[in-house]
Amino acid sequence: MTTLKDPISPHDHIQGNEDAPITLLEYGDYQCPHCGLAYHIIKAVQDRYKDRLRFVFRNFPLAQIHPYAEVAAETAEFAGVHKRFWEMHDGIYENQERLSLPLFFELAEEQGLSTIALQRALEGHEFLPRIRSDFLGGVRSGVNGTPTFFVNDARYEGPYTFEDLINAIDARLDATSHAA
Amino acid sequence: MAILQPGAEAPEFRLNITPDQTLSLSELRGKPVILTFYPADWSPVCGDQAALYNEVLPEFEKYGAQLVGISVDSAWCHAAFATNRHLRYPLAADFEPKGALARKYGAYREKDGFAERALFVIDEDGKIFWSYLSPVAVNPGADGILEALENLSKRQRKPDDHAQRPNFAA
Repeated sequence: MTTLKDPISPHDHIQGNEDAPITLLEYGDYQCPHCGLAYHIIKAVQDRYKDRLRFVFRNFPLAQIHPYAEVAAETAEFAGVHKRFWEMHDGIYENQERLSLPLFFELAEEQGLSTIALQRALEGHEFLPRIRSDFLGGVRSGVNGTPTFFVNDARYEGPYTFEDLINAIDARLDATSHAA
Repeated sequence: MAILQPGAEAPEFRLNITPDQTLSLSELRGKPVILTFYPADWSPVCGDQAALYNEVLPEFEKYGAQLVGISVDSAWCHAAFATNRHLRYPLAADFEPKGALARKYGAYREKDGFAERALFVIDEDGKIFWSYLSPVAVNPGADGILEALENLSKRQRKPDDHAQRPNFAA
C-alpha cells in the first residue's frame, strides 16, 4: 500500500476540524476535468462527515497538457496568503469551463484582493516554488495523476465516486474507533 | 518472460527518435539512463504516464539522468504524439523489427504485440541498476525512478566503488 511521504503540516491548506479523525487529502490540478467532477463529490463528502473530516488540497498541475493549471494554482496560492485560499479554490473549480487570466482577476476582485498584487505575483512566479514542492512531494508519494486521494496516510485506490469514497472513509472510521 | 534485473548488462540499441535521427544507448554512456517501455502512444494510461514524466523531467535532470520512452510505434507516430503532448524527452521507435529491443529487455508482450509497461534505470557503465514491471494498465508513477536515481547517486559517492569504475576522462 502506498503511503503519504510528506505529512500534513500547518503549511498545508486545511479545511474543517483540525482534530478530525479523518483527513481526506487531494492532489489536484485546476484544469483537470476529473478534478472538476471530484470537486462536487468532495463537497458532498465534507457535508456528510462534518467535524469528523478535514480536507487538505495540494497542487499537482500537469502544466504541459493543462496550460492554465499552474497559473490557476499560483492564483489560489496568492489568495491563500490573503486568507482567501478556499474561496479562490472553489471559485476556480466552479468556473473550470472558462479558465483564463481574466477569470482569475475577476475572482480576485470579487474576493476583495488586489489585482495589481496578483499580477505582480503571477509575473514573478512568486508561488511557483511552493506549487513545485507540493508536486514533488506528491511524486515521491507515488501520485501518478489527478485527482489522487489519500485517506489519512493511505493512498485511496478506488474510483472517486461518492459511494466509493464514503465506503473507504467509513472503513477507516471503524478501524479508528475499534483501535481506540 | 521476466524483465532484465539489476546487474545485467543493458542491451545496446540504436533506434529512431525522429524520422531522420537515431539515438543509441552507448551515446548516453557516462550518465544514468531511464528507459520507460510502454504499450503505445495515445492510449490513455501511457498519456498520463508521459504527462507525469514530462513534468518530473527537471528532477531526473538533477541527477544528470536522460529519460527515453520506447514503444513499438513508428517515429512518425511518436512525433505526432510528442507534439500533441508537448513532450520534452525523446521517444524511441522499436518499430523494425517490431519490438526487437523490448524482447531483449524481457519487456515484450507476445500475445499483444506491444511492449510491457516496464522501467529501467541504467548506470553510467551501462549496467541495469533498477528495473520495475508495472501491470500494463497501471501508471507506475515516478517515485520508484527517483528513489533508484537517489540510491545510484549515493553509490557513486563511495570512493571504494568509484575506484572500480573505468575512468572515462582518460
